[in-house]
Amino acid sequence: MSAAPLLLAEFRDPATLLDAARRARDAGWRDIDAHVPFAIEGLPEALGLPPTRLRLGMLGGGLAGFLLAYGLQWYSAVLAYPLDSGGRPLHSWPAFLVPAFEAMVLGAVLAGVVGFLLATGLPRLHHPVFAAHGFERASQDRFFLAIADPAVDAARLAALLDGLGPLSIREVG
Amino acid sequence: MSAAATEPGPPSASHAGVIGLVADPVLGRPASRRWWIAFLLAGLVTLGFLGCITWVLVAGIGLYGNNTTVVWGFPIANYVWWIGIGNAGTLISALLLLTRQPWRAAINRFAEAMTLFAASIAGLFPILHLGRPYRAYWLAPYPNSMELWPQWRSALVWDFAAIASYLIFSFLFWYLGLIPDLATLRDRARSRGARLAYGVLAFGWRGSARHWQRHDAVYRAMAALAVPLVVSVHSVVGLDFAASLMPGWQESIFPPYFVVGALFSGFAMVVTLAVILRWGLGLQALITDRHFDAMGKVILAAAWVMSLSYLTEWFMAWYGGDPAERGVLRFQFTGPYAPLYAAMLACNLLAPQLLWWRRLRTNLPVLLGVAVLVNVGMWLERILIIWNTLSHGYLPSMRRLFQPTLWDWLTLATSFGLFALLFLCFVRLLPAVAMHDVNKQRHEQGGAA
Repeated sequence: MSAAPLLLAEFRDPATLLDAARRARDAGWRDIDAHVPFAIEGLPEALGLPPTRLRLGMLGGGLAGFLLAYGLQWYSAVLAYPLDSGGRPLHSWPAFLVPAFEAMVLGAVLAGVVGFLLATGLPRLHHPVFAAHGFERASQDRFFLAIADPAVDAARLAALLDGLGPLSIREVG
Repeated sequence: MSAAATEPGPPSASHAGVIGLVADPVLGRPASRRWWIAFLLAGLVTLGFLGCITWVLVAGIGLYGNNTTVVWGFPIANYVWWIGIGNAGTLISALLLLTRQPWRAAINRFAEAMTLFAASIAGLFPILHLGRPYRAYWLAPYPNSMELWPQWRSALVWDFAAIASYLIFSFLFWYLGLIPDLATLRDRARSRGARLAYGVLAFGWRGSARHWQRHDAVYRAMAALAVPLVVSVHSVVGLDFAASLMPGWQESIFPPYFVVGALFSGFAMVVTLAVILRWGLGLQALITDRHFDAMGKVILAAAWVMSLSYLTEWFMAWYGGDPAERGVLRFQFTGPYAPLYAAMLACNLLAPQLLWWRRLRTNLPVLLGVAVLVNVGMWLERILIIWNTLSHGYLPSMRRLFQPTLWDWLTLATSFGLFALLFLCFVRLLPAVAMHDVNKQRHEQGGAA
């Protein structure tokens, strides 16, 4: 976050928030975000957020998990502890696929969750936005547009949102 | 009632309404008398469970009815049954998400909690059954001074890998979905202690659009992974049997048959818990006739897939022509366990036929009765798979029956106490319904965007 003051515009419903977000995006403002109680279809596009690459990370994690588990099985069964079990080949790849598959899913999921925490910067228990009056409703039934652009002040934001009827416009921090 | 879940209404009013409905029992009211009674009872039974486990660890598995022929008894049947319950929650939640079933939002949270608790309990049984439970860690691959490695071709090692991955997965999936709701509880809590506790658990979630975008991406990808994972977990449980050389077990149908059985018993358990939750927490507006109707249909469909599995099993045993396989089949229908087998067929195949009628699917006592019968039937199925095959193996001189002991029954019965205790804590401390998801569904059905 830049040092610019944070401006919050509060809305009663998601549709108006989407309109407001599109206007802010089209005005070319930087550092726009929204705080909403549930995932809203189309909000990332309305804010102009780039698509997330977390799933690529999950793919990588999955492949790593698979290779690690398969490699471990191959190493232990072929090199470290070769044991003839009923004449089966030491490198019993069909059997090795089962633990390798489980490790693949686990690797992908761990990569996804760790990636999620890294990408969102969570856990972060304190944030300036929590100081805003009424912000506790952002997790319930209010929809906030947040602007942290040094070029924007409350008056410009109010002008941009003309006609959308925000419940309030506040400056935080 | 069912209209309340689908009607959009004024958005902000209904959003707050859902949250109040779910969050107030957690934050607002003190625990009711009946919750305390249930909690105390469950606590007592859990103490009994701990006592059973302790006594088995001290005295050894000679306490159980297992003998040199029927080497797998209650512990393995309990394990398969509990893991079946445990598989369903995540599978239901993920499948319904991927197929965009809007009614998922009201049931997925507690179904996932059910999964987590049931899978944890399931994991205890194979360890108790080991004979040398203090060496359970030998299943894990780690460099050790004995220079030994696990036998990777063994289905039991696959089991370990599958259950361990599944438990970690289920916890992460459940918790990730819980984070926004924990933030809601933080913001509604009045006491400082509750704000602090939920705030820390919510990781400081502030509902940022960026966070939601990533949350959604990871959550959906996890759901897509959950389906093959769950199928693999119960398939591996099926392989514990199918990878052996015993008549009646060595069948390629076992993995899918176990997966369907898990879905079947799991849905029955979800129905049971949904009826109790709806009554206990007053969630009539969220868990509606529509949910029970849909879940009833799933149970009915699964009952038919189970019938098909049984028919395939019987047909292949006969058509394969192997005398040992045919012997087990005959033993199933005419041996000393035959009454139990008939009871199982009645519970799993006949009882669900009541659900053909919508009126009965939405009649809660009837639906609950069917759900309980299905779970009894599925437990019988698990124990009979073990008993029938092991009591009627290749060597006639070694054929023995299984006589359950008091400890067998006690360990099974008291394991429900731990499940109930965990579930009671869950509904008291955490939101039992995914509030953010219900509101998202309402918003999308309202077409406000």
